[in-house]
Amino acid sequence: MADQQTQPHTLEQVFESELESVDSAEETVVAEAAHLGFDEDDLHRIGISVRECMVNAVVHGNRYNARKKVHLKVERTPEQLTIWIGDEGDGFDPNAVPDPLAGENIMRHSGRGVMLMQAFMDEFSTYTRQPQGTEVKMVKYKPKRATEGGNS
Amino acid sequence: MSVKMTTRQVGDVTVVDAAGRITLGEAASTFRDTIRDLAASGHKKMLLNLAEISYIDSSGIGELVSGFTTVANQGGSVKLLNLTKRVQDLLQITKLYTVFEVFDDEAKGVSSFK
Repeated sequence: MADQQTQPHTLEQVFESELESVDSAEETVVAEAAHLGFDEDDLHRIGISVRECMVNAVVHGNRYNARKKVHLKVERTPEQLTIWIGDEGDGFDPNAVPDPLAGENIMRHSGRGVMLMQAFMDEFSTYTRQPQGTEVKMVKYKPKRATEGGNS
Repeated sequence: MSVKMTTRQVGDVTVVDAAGRITLGEAASTFRDTIRDLAASGHKKMLLNLAEISYIDSSGIGELVSGFTTVANQGGSVKLLNLTKRVQDLLQITKLYTVFEVFDDEAKGVSSFK
């Protein structure tokens, strides 16, 4: 039984390169996060992060190309939720995004998605996906107070 | 779920009550079109009531910024009313809290335009 509880639970889905996929992926990941007992504020932060990442994959990565897919993988352990979102686009360098907090960029219409993911998740990293595309990995740790039990 | 925008006039101030979600797609377009149409028809003093906005993403934030700029370019101003904690957090993270005038009392928001 203990093994079953500590084994990672993994879910994988493939999405079309369309905006409807953004809502579906967000719902899927938030449901997984809810299983872990994240509070409402964290569920909101996780949901927004998935939304921003999916939008990047669909719009900027795959450019709505119907032949390209978006790959979602979610893994939950008692301690953390890990999310991978991969596109089949031409590649993406997060460092190339102008700093949205710089004075000259504050009033720009776009360019805040990566910053929000970094602010809302505990880990954020990007990788080149083989044979083509970008994969984003995001991790949210479950707050300690929620895993320690209520002895105090 | 999308966004619903209703407008009412309080003196010469246009209060825009927004409800729902402002996210990429139809909702962001609805929000953008409403602000632009109001500005084009001469409404230069806008108070955006976001009390019933449950969710806003980076596209929605972008539309807030664009609305602010659009109206300012026509000699008017957009101010914000009744932000939920989540929208407040987003504006603080993005440093836009320093750009917008924000009120939690409609009467004070309206009178600030005078």
